[in-house]
Amino acid sequence: MDAATCIAIAIACAALSSVPGGLRRGAGAVGSAIGLGVAGGAAVVAGCWGLWAPATLGAPSAALLDGWHGSLAVDGVSAVFLVACGIVAAAAGLFGAGYWRDTDQPAAPWTRLFLGLLVAGMLAVFSAGDVLTFLIAWEVMALAGFALVATQHRRSEARAAAWLYLICTRVATLALIPAAVLFVHLTGSLAWSSLSGVSIGNPAAMAMLILFLIGFGIKAGIVPGHIWLPPAHAAAPSHVSALMSGVLIKTGIYGICRVSAGLDAPPVWWGGTLLTLGAVSSVLGVTWALGSHDLKRLLAYHSIENIGIILLGLGLALVGRSIGNEAMVILGCAGGLLHVLNHALFKSLLFLGAGAVDHACGTRQLDRLGGLARRMPVTAACFLVGAAAICALPPFNGFVSEFLVYQGLFAAVRGGWGWALGGLIALVLTGGLALACFAKAAGVVFLGEPRSPAAAGAHEAGLPERSAMILLAGCCLAIGLGLPLLQPMLTQAAAACAPGAAVALAPLPAAWWVSLAAAAIIAGGWALWRWQARRLVGSGSAGTWDCGYAAPTPRMQYTASSFAAPLTDQLHAVLLPERHHPDLRQYDGNADAVRLFPSQAAFANHPRDPMLERILHPIAQAGAWLCVLLRIAHPGQLHVYLLYLALALIALLLWSLA
Amino acid sequence: MTWLDPDILAPLVLRILAHLAVLLLLPPLLIGLIAKVKAFFAGRNGPPLLQPYYDIVKLLRKGTIISRTTTWVFRLGPVLGLVTAVLAGLLVPLGGISAPIAFAGDLLLVAYLLALGRFATILSALDTGSAFEGMGASREATYACLAEPALFFGFVALAMLLPQDAELRLGDLLGMAPVGWAAAAGGMALITAAWLVVLLVENCRIPFDDPNTHLELTMIHEVMVLDHSGPLLGIILYGAAVKFTVIGMLLLGLLLPRTGHLALDLAWGVGSLLGLAVLVGVIESSMARLRLLRVPTLLVSAALLAGFGVILLAVR
Repeated sequence: MDAATCIAIAIACAALSSVPGGLRRGAGAVGSAIGLGVAGGAAVVAGCWGLWAPATLGAPSAALLDGWHGSLAVDGVSAVFLVACGIVAAAAGLFGAGYWRDTDQPAAPWTRLFLGLLVAGMLAVFSAGDVLTFLIAWEVMALAGFALVATQHRRSEARAAAWLYLICTRVATLALIPAAVLFVHLTGSLAWSSLSGVSIGNPAAMAMLILFLIGFGIKAGIVPGHIWLPPAHAAAPSHVSALMSGVLIKTGIYGICRVSAGLDAPPVWWGGTLLTLGAVSSVLGVTWALGSHDLKRLLAYHSIENIGIILLGLGLALVGRSIGNEAMVILGCAGGLLHVLNHALFKSLLFLGAGAVDHACGTRQLDRLGGLARRMPVTAACFLVGAAAICALPPFNGFVSEFLVYQGLFAAVRGGWGWALGGLIALVLTGGLALACFAKAAGVVFLGEPRSPAAAGAHEAGLPERSAMILLAGCCLAIGLGLPLLQPMLTQAAAACAPGAAVALAPLPAAWWVSLAAAAIIAGGWALWRWQARRLVGSGSAGTWDCGYAAPTPRMQYTASSFAAPLTDQLHAVLLPERHHPDLRQYDGNADAVRLFPSQAAFANHPRDPMLERILHPIAQAGAWLCVLLRIAHPGQLHVYLLYLALALIALLLWSLA
Repeated sequence: MTWLDPDILAPLVLRILAHLAVLLLLPPLLIGLIAKVKAFFAGRNGPPLLQPYYDIVKLLRKGTIISRTTTWVFRLGPVLGLVTAVLAGLLVPLGGISAPIAFAGDLLLVAYLLALGRFATILSALDTGSAFEGMGASREATYACLAEPALFFGFVALAMLLPQDAELRLGDLLGMAPVGWAAAAGGMALITAAWLVVLLVENCRIPFDDPNTHLELTMIHEVMVLDHSGPLLGIILYGAAVKFTVIGMLLLGLLLPRTGHLALDLAWGVGSLLGLAVLVGVIESSMARLRLLRVPTLLVSAALLAGFGVILLAVR
């Protein structure tokens, strides 16, 4: 028994987690939760184990294809991803058992089947030992993801989201297959580990890196490959969104890590490109999130932002390897990898919270929610923990990883690599905007008074849902408090991702101090809380004072759009919102149009994805138009095609004669 | 154990005690001094210098009314606001008086502790469901986003002066200020100006916010705490004073000399904090509040000024 066997068991458990539901009616939900829980636990064990004892498992039979056996390998690069996938899969399975019941959802058995396949595919991606196994696992994962996005296919937006997802994942595969062919061409082997020793200077290697970047970038949701992400995450059931946002998009990051770890001497442009893409993605992602009015779309845009932060760390580490700056390598790599795990935890927590809200109120529109903290106290507390964590606020886990990335950026600036200043400014801006965005989301959804009858009648989520959210919130706090305990694992993983650099034994600076600060916040907050609680015993209660206004209604509260307006007005050029309002001429002095009593009026403000609608959509339409032009050459008559053949043959004949 | 040696330990303990005394006892006096200066300019006597102490003590002993709309989040805002301000203060040195706690990267903890306090205050304002408090919360979030880059540009500029192998500690960073003034005084002046803007906006002073207006739509911090009363308001007032002192200590770190004598350092530190309060009072007396729409322009300009400061120090 070793780590690779362990991960094989995990994959089997996940893939078969839907079987009990097929064997016995009513056993599906529990069986799936147990299967995913066992798979998740085994994946966490395998990840930690493989960190110190890398292991490989070949297929037992003879070669399946010419020279290909299929293999699983667990090492330091896959470890963090396996741990993240394990925890999130277990939590999503548990949440799904209560959230997606057979009684409400007729297609629930199918959802469980594809959920199991998705988890199995992702675990296999993270532990594939060679390129072909990787591509097969990648396809299983991508197609299971398509089926899951299309779960609610009776809704038109779910169908549109599923098609967009399918197109994007096809394009990603279209880039990955030639990249894999180039990989085999360059290394002469299928094994991931064979990349070292390949010189990166030649054009084929460069093309391979760029193709890998396109394929993995689309899956990771790096701008401009992010277009599939918001609609798909919004359309999928929430526990699936949690898994997709927490882990599925990380497969792209894993691919980038895996390829980069194989390079002996990564060129500076490779790390620099990742850093630049990270800076752009983080700022644009959070800006678009600020303009979103749909809770799940907002969270999806934040995934783009966090992928950007991860890339900032990893890009920094790669540049550090190129220019020989040890501090950049250790801090960037440890920060980026820890953020992979942290983002998986807090983002899946937030998506599960959004799912509980959606289930309780029947809407995800921020401006129709409110006051849920009284009605769903556990969900509210867990969501607030997730919100604080994603804003990188101590004492939660987001702060720890951003603390490391920040220090890496400072080290780069001090080390004379001035480009890092751009990354630093992007991270500072991102931090401020994320805080504004989550103050908006958490404040409008959970605080104040309900803005609609649906929100007023909300109920707390069931026991499985609450347990899943508490598990993830606990993990967020534990990492915030426990950096020194994680440090050996983190440096080991960083050493695997940055071979050649002597980072394995370098201690992370100030790990104990960060934990101590987190503990001090909790202790200080607790002490002052106890004091005020004792002091305020028996205090009176009344309506909100509101400057003495006597008849406030919930509709007078600040909404999400009004909360974000001062910032979105500044960022108009990036957001390009679509506004619908009545013809305002009826109110001015135009004699023809003026009326004594203005008619009923409405104002609506729709954020759009400028990348999709302003850039990619016109390009796609131009492409379609060119294809229409091409049809002129396709009249559909046999003799014309025969003429083409004859012309081609004559041309070839002339060419061979000349 | 060398550090248990009384000759080393005693000055260390004294320095920590001096720092704690400035951090915990002085803040309300600064607020009182600002009010006094403003009263002087307005031709009034004004409240006594110690009035903020009386106010806080009285509020802590009063009863309170809490809105029925609110939850525990409403009370968490003041609590975290004070706790984060004090913890951040423990990391910031006052000129030559080093901070009780210093470690690599502590400046990031200072920035994010203040952000945690802000997040809790904003949520506690939104918890009341009042349109006024939502308005203040939204503005607070906006201006904080725009003020943060100026602060970090200053950090970067000083970090570039540090020796390569030195750890990134706030005390050492601010200790490089004299080197910075000698190398590129223009750059340091730009950063000082930008940090003064940060001080004014983070503490909601004129020209960004008017701490004296009540019941107006133009204010930011005061409107967020409209519903807090009694002990909670007392905690908020004290927390706000501590936050003013902490950011003031950061700003003065750029300017203060380091004498090496505790008494002299303390005198310089306290004196310049009082001077800073007078300066803020003069600014508040001689300027009107900016129109809200102009505030972001000024904040972005401050960040850009600090960016120019970085460039000047980089090419020194």
